[in-house]
Amino acid sequence: MIPDSAISFPPSPNANPALDDDQLLHVSLGPQHPSTHGVFRMNVVLDGETVVSLKPVFGYLHRNHEKIAEGSTYLSSMPFTDRLDYICPLTNNWAYAHAVEKLAGIEVPERAEYIRVITAELTRLINHTAFAGFFMGDMGAWGSALMYAFRERELILDLFEDLTGARMMSNFMRFGGCRNDLPDGWADRAKKYLATFPAFLDELEKFLIGNEILLARTQDIGALPAATLVNGGITGPMLRAAGVAYDLRKARPYGIYDRFKFRIPIGEKGDCYDRFMIRFLEMRESLAILNQALDQLPAGEYIHPKAKIRGFKAPAGEAYAAIEGPKGELGFHLISDGTFTPYRYRIRPPSFINLTLLEDMCLGLDLADVVLILGSVDIVLGEVDR
Amino acid sequence: MAATESTTPAATPPPVSEWSLPGMGLIKGLVVTGANMAQSFYRKDRMTTVQYPEERVAISPNFRNFPFLAYDGEDPATGLRCTACSICEKECPPQCIYIVMDRDENGKALKRPKVFDIDVSVCMNCGICAEVCPFDSIYMDGEYEIATGDRFGSLVFHKERLARSTDYHAKLRPAQAAEVAARRKADAEKKAAAAAAKEAKAKAEKEAKEKAAREAAAAAAAGDAPGTPPP
Repeated sequence: MIPDSAISFPPSPNANPALDDDQLLHVSLGPQHPSTHGVFRMNVVLDGETVVSLKPVFGYLHRNHEKIAEGSTYLSSMPFTDRLDYICPLTNNWAYAHAVEKLAGIEVPERAEYIRVITAELTRLINHTAFAGFFMGDMGAWGSALMYAFRERELILDLFEDLTGARMMSNFMRFGGCRNDLPDGWADRAKKYLATFPAFLDELEKFLIGNEILLARTQDIGALPAATLVNGGITGPMLRAAGVAYDLRKARPYGIYDRFKFRIPIGEKGDCYDRFMIRFLEMRESLAILNQALDQLPAGEYIHPKAKIRGFKAPAGEAYAAIEGPKGELGFHLISDGTFTPYRYRIRPPSFINLTLLEDMCLGLDLADVVLILGSVDIVLGEVDR
Repeated sequence: MAATESTTPAATPPPVSEWSLPGMGLIKGLVVTGANMAQSFYRKDRMTTVQYPEERVAISPNFRNFPFLAYDGEDPATGLRCTACSICEKECPPQCIYIVMDRDENGKALKRPKVFDIDVSVCMNCGICAEVCPFDSIYMDGEYEIATGDRFGSLVFHKERLARSTDYHAKLRPAQAAEVAARRKADAEKKAAAAAAKEAKAKAEKEAKEKAAREAAAAAAAGDAPGTPPP
């Protein structure tokens, strides 16, 4: 018989003796959709209702994406990037294509750049409307808000289906452009749809923003100083909600973003309410970009005529390129040894890095606020676990 | 925070003043839900649910599902355009295509697939196989009602199941099929023209050769002919 001592594990180096108090309650929150954002678990230690310690546990959705990419051709990794942040596949496609284009020095025709901006900003609309719905779900208002948001999302997905052939797994960007041109009448339909979007935003704002329960639940919850967020590498709406106007579209313009007139919304306090509001304001700015892009859309090639689809080979070298995804800075770091496959393939996922400060935001708050704060970070586990 | 340097005037959230009358925000929200509920009875754009098996929405002409193999003519066994070059097999991201080249008894490649299997339980509908195919052979299908109870047997599509006529393709994606047909026709004409030119050239060469031979023979005959003055 095996003695008990032989099967007991050594104490974890991270173990905190202060947490061994009998009065504290250890709760394993998850891994089945603690707030419907995916398979994510948190080991929470509670003193009554108050959070004393919080350790995120993830990896349930790990798919070995980076290692698989090192063994497959450059093009073969493109459909896998759809599955990173499955709410917004087109920005993932763009970030990867952008990195490979930087690595191989490929030029992108003007029309393709416009198509990319249009799809990326539509993706931002999808992400932020869905965020509003899920965030209300985290608060307990499961249903109406999410259904209204998904109704609009569905109409944008119809546009995507006509353009890319799939509602979500678009696999649309290519190194040097896009896979296909806009179908006939697509731009007009997009314009027609976007003309109805401000009315939806007004309705959603009227529906949610003045709500006393929302204000009471979100204001002054989960705020961190801007310096902490910057030091933690936080990007995207979370950082901007704290008053730091850092947006890659302005700070390091990629593509053709320097041609459009738009503003960067910033918040004041960086609490959950500001994070919620900042997304509404960003949707308005995205609409401005979309209207400009659709008006200016030039004729021309949708892919560089010399772009290689079969047997693409990148020259030896290293490149990092990032774009402002709906959730933050989404970057791809590629190292090539001059063969058909990348030597190293690394993703900088915004929601993974935004999640690193979760414990700092939650300490001292109630358990119910933890779910809310996790929702306000806007994570997608496909991207966190990769 | 160097990032703040390159920014424009920022938009900040509007002040929320609904606190003055407690409950007003809630009531406003409820008005929105009520309006939505009422509109769902008479506004066409709010009636978003389609009663699926009875009603169907037309699928987008760009919609893609699983791949199929195109064949020319009537017989899928002989008309397959696929040459078993294995480019799609190599580029397939989840590696769900399996191809074996057909060979004759001497081991010579017959440029047609003996086995062409696609495991659709692995296929992720990305369409890269259709994109990289240089022989206009593989396209994405739009068929979606393909659920089956046989998990292992019927989820591997063999080439007989994958074969679809070019008419099917033309019906499914008219624009793409028309473009491909026009290109193939032009290529075939070019090829035929090139072959004809080659044949004509070969014939001309042959004639020239024959003529030269005749002339040489004639010259030789003339040289041998009696009465020629010696050099």
